[in-house]
Amino acid sequence: MRPEAITWTGQSVERVEDAALLSGRGRFIDDLGVKPGTLHAAILRSPHAHADILSIDIAAAAAMPGVAAVVVGADLAKLTTPMLAGLKIAAENWPMAVERVRYVGEPVAIVVAMDRYLAEDALDAIEISYRTLPCVVEPLVSIAPDAPLLHEKTSGNLVSDRRFRYGDPESAFAEAAHQISVSIAYPRNTGSPMETFGVVAEYDPHEGVYDVLANFQGPFSIHAVLSRALKVPGNRLRLRMPPDSGGSFGVKQGVAPYIILMAVAARIAGRPVKWIEDRLEHLGAAVAATNRVTTLKAAVTSEGRITALDWDQVEDCGAYPRAPEPATLYRMHGNMTGAYDVRHVAIRNRVALTNKAPTGLVRGFGGPQVYYALERLMQRIAVELKLDPLAVIRANLIPGDAFPYRTASGALYDSGDYVRAIDLAAADGRLAALKRRRDEARAEGHLYGIGFAAAVEPSVSNMGYITTVLTAAERAKAGPKNGAQATATVAIDPVGSVSVHVASVPQGQGHRTVLAQVVADAFGLPWQDIRIVTELDTGRDAWSIASGNYSSRFAAAVAGTAHLAATRLRDKLARIAAGQLDVPAEQISFAGGAVFAKGVPEKTLPFGRVAALSHWSPALLPEGVDQAIRETAFWTPPELTAPTEFDEVNSSLCHGFIFDMAGVEVDPKSGKVRIDRYVTMHDCGTVLHPGMVHGQIRGGFAQALGATFYEELAYADDGAFLTGTFADYLLPTATETPDIEILHIETPSPFTPLGAKGVGEGNCMSTPVCLANAVADALGVSDITLPMTPGRVAALVAAEEPAPPANRSNRPAASTKAGDRTLRGEGQAKVAAPPEAIWTMLLDADQLAAIIPGCHGVKKLSDTHFTAEVTLGIGPVKGRYKAEIKLSDLDQPKAATLTGSVSGALGTGGGAGRITLTPGADGITTIAYTYEAAVGGKVAAIGGRLLDGAAKAIIGQFFAALARRAAPSRPGFFARLFGRRA
Amino acid sequence: MPRLTAGARHRVAFTLNGKPVSLDAEPRLLATDALRQQLGATGTHVGCEHGACGACTIQIDGEPARACLTLAVQLEGRDVRTVEGLAPAADRLSVLQATFRRHHALQCGFCTAGILISLDAFLRTSPNPDEQELREVVGGHLCRCTGYTAIVAAALDAAATLRGEPASSVNRDPVHV
Repeated sequence: MRPEAITWTGQSVERVEDAALLSGRGRFIDDLGVKPGTLHAAILRSPHAHADILSIDIAAAAAMPGVAAVVVGADLAKLTTPMLAGLKIAAENWPMAVERVRYVGEPVAIVVAMDRYLAEDALDAIEISYRTLPCVVEPLVSIAPDAPLLHEKTSGNLVSDRRFRYGDPESAFAEAAHQISVSIAYPRNTGSPMETFGVVAEYDPHEGVYDVLANFQGPFSIHAVLSRALKVPGNRLRLRMPPDSGGSFGVKQGVAPYIILMAVAARIAGRPVKWIEDRLEHLGAAVAATNRVTTLKAAVTSEGRITALDWDQVEDCGAYPRAPEPATLYRMHGNMTGAYDVRHVAIRNRVALTNKAPTGLVRGFGGPQVYYALERLMQRIAVELKLDPLAVIRANLIPGDAFPYRTASGALYDSGDYVRAIDLAAADGRLAALKRRRDEARAEGHLYGIGFAAAVEPSVSNMGYITTVLTAAERAKAGPKNGAQATATVAIDPVGSVSVHVASVPQGQGHRTVLAQVVADAFGLPWQDIRIVTELDTGRDAWSIASGNYSSRFAAAVAGTAHLAATRLRDKLARIAAGQLDVPAEQISFAGGAVFAKGVPEKTLPFGRVAALSHWSPALLPEGVDQAIRETAFWTPPELTAPTEFDEVNSSLCHGFIFDMAGVEVDPKSGKVRIDRYVTMHDCGTVLHPGMVHGQIRGGFAQALGATFYEELAYADDGAFLTGTFADYLLPTATETPDIEILHIETPSPFTPLGAKGVGEGNCMSTPVCLANAVADALGVSDITLPMTPGRVAALVAAEEPAPPANRSNRPAASTKAGDRTLRGEGQAKVAAPPEAIWTMLLDADQLAAIIPGCHGVKKLSDTHFTAEVTLGIGPVKGRYKAEIKLSDLDQPKAATLTGSVSGALGTGGGAGRITLTPGADGITTIAYTYEAAVGGKVAAIGGRLLDGAAKAIIGQFFAALARRAAPSRPGFFARLFGRRA
Repeated sequence: MPRLTAGARHRVAFTLNGKPVSLDAEPRLLATDALRQQLGATGTHVGCEHGACGACTIQIDGEPARACLTLAVQLEGRDVRTVEGLAPAADRLSVLQATFRRHHALQCGFCTAGILISLDAFLRTSPNPDEQELREVVGGHLCRCTGYTAIVAAALDAAATLRGEPASSVNRDPVHV
């Protein structure tokens, strides 16, 4: 039942949340006080991508000041069981390494101490001995038969391989005039909320209850995973959320494993334990979106009409398939045909494990990966068949009179009018202006391109879609899973004021404001009079597995459920008022803070009087009304059924629509892409708060801009994580983010109480491919790899141009491969001593100790084998390392090869160099050297940009010290002589 | 500055939002932790601890500074202003804060304190900025929610209001029918 008078819903009222947030009164997890005596945790993480843990010595750390406990994997394994995952495989899914590490950044030990500073001090004192193993970071390599195996109990890193067939794709391909395909590798990125994870945990040993405060976002199906891992019934894991959460974008689902870790740490320490994640931990190990390798083929008529699609997707879930994965691969399963009417579809979905951090929910959740392939394909069809790209899109759209529309793979698209949306977006000269600007720019010799993208944006996930990864037989055995239970409670207190609680924890979306608007409309009250509580306590509040804030379910499901609860209470109040006013209940109306009989102005009661009656005079309640104090509504849409035996699944309840078009200009020299125009058309059903909808669209666009041009969680070939700071993982700022033109049409969803659909994720799906299509159009190229960094774009331009003249030095071949980060260098130094004297110094432990920068002492194990303790500072990280140096290929006193490795809490490194000594005039020896080295661990993640310079500086210091020591009487002269090139 | 002993605690006294405060700090204690954990000024947030995100920006003697790159002992004798000190009274908002609310220039609000602090300092010395200048100032901060458009619009509007011009009607939808 819809509200009688919509007064507030749909207005851009000022948010109730804002005054507190603007004045420093937010209540984020780290802003809340903790119980006296609460301890603080710090986590030691693996510097290796793949290694066996041979030993962990915690004795020195445990003895340090303020340290209360040190927890390692063996302790965890005693108190917990591995986390359940969506896949039924033999891999053990621990939140902290037990016996083996499988990605850089994997937790290995937890120190619990009086404060965070002391806890971090103690991390450095934990001694771990690793035996490194071969690792694999690329999904296609990992599923090859000879790849290093991540989990010994599994038969391979390919942990799921499912084929789906809808309609008759084989015949469609056989009959097709054209077959056109794209192959893409979608990179890893993440939502990177500005607030990191936080957990405060406590354990009551008498009742066996874990009480945890965490900025978790849901889905609360994970609560079942957590209680099972902690080996307690659900009612003994009380999970609470703080009132404010600093962004999530899906990512704060990933706090779940840390809830287990801190719960166990608190149990072992016997005190409450608090942990706040730092940014390096977050970028390296929180939650990544999946990287995916996709080949998508289309059977196409000569007119550009697609008759069949054939998807081959290889999903990389990192080292552990952590719940709810492999959901990223299946969230889009019902809408793999996008906005297009395609009846014949083949899909092969494979899930690979690699030595990278586990993946999970990130805004867009599977959409960016799918639409990047689908909409690149649409552009390629147009190019290859020499058709207009927009005409190809239009020719394939689902017609406006086809809704509700059942897709080939089982989704039921609720509403839409895609053709009209595109026509309106192109109208008013918008498309004409784009074309004119392109023509003008090209006439002046500029590289200008236009891109389009159409996307169906799913929202309100069916909790059963993930089971599509199982076969029909496996699903039958496990029991059907479906639905999307939302819940809301509306309560009236003894003075008649209204409070609302929902089981959807916001991270900045403004839920409290919208709920106040929606509920106020039901009661005819001012929205400012309604109080909303959105923090959730699983020990006290109504909730279910679908609770939480994800899959853009707030406006469609949660606000609608609050409306249902308010309406139920309102209907009871109407019956109470009808009795008081002696009119039929149908005649009662609510407006302006009053309850009245329509058409009888004198029959009016103040809202508060009717609302408070159940408290003060329940004897006056009319027959059949138990109370009008509190209503808790649960709502799950009947359209969300379990997957069928033919693997058809209505993976989401609502399907919004987006059409984007953009004009870009590429600077051929720098490779920089300037966005000239960006238009985004949205249909998210009924709009509840235009200001917030625009905020969601602009925010989603900015994140997509990052994914398009800047952001990648990059790994080296040896599994080293390379982007651990905001100087390496680049988020767009105000100077890079253009303003965009936002347009709307509204086709209300017939399946949701308020007609609303989700809106926040769409541009994460449409924008990267729209901009890639524009760049492809500008450059006339077919393969575009994200992120489109200036180096990559410049390389594309260069590849299209004729070879440069021979006398021009090549454009610096900007490394387009993130994996190669070998440090290479060469140089020379002049030392005023004969080669024999220098040779002797290089083989003398005491002399080396004096020459090596930051050296605390050298031990000589043999004539050619030394160990040393050194302190090195690289960028922001200064740490102590153990170094091991071996000399080989000795050609005394002319040349030697040095092979070395260093390891410490901050990382590892290894390399080799060749030194040659050449005697010259005046007794001066020229020392020439070349080297190659690589580093891993924390140093690689946060000091990557600085390593080259740091290596050169350290080597320079070494030879400067050697020169000083070999000829101490003439330092000034040799300081001047000292020179190097690299 | 006197030489400090690493393991010892040192008395640090400064002015916070116009009031004298003091605390005992080891030399390595970050200004963020001193403000948040010891003085209870939790409005200043910590987003990266390496000076990139700007969430922790405070004013030290009127100049914006990253509190995460500042040691507590460096605040000795200084005049420190945080987001808690921006509003004219506990139940009111400053012009800048009010325009942020009107333009929906925040969502989660985690980065907002730092942006307000930087803009507050900037608008004091540059009362008539253009959009590009404001984008440069806001460009020193990372916001993951808004896409920045509303922040820049709010800042332009605040500057106009502070100059005494009538508030813009941008984004002011009719509130009630």
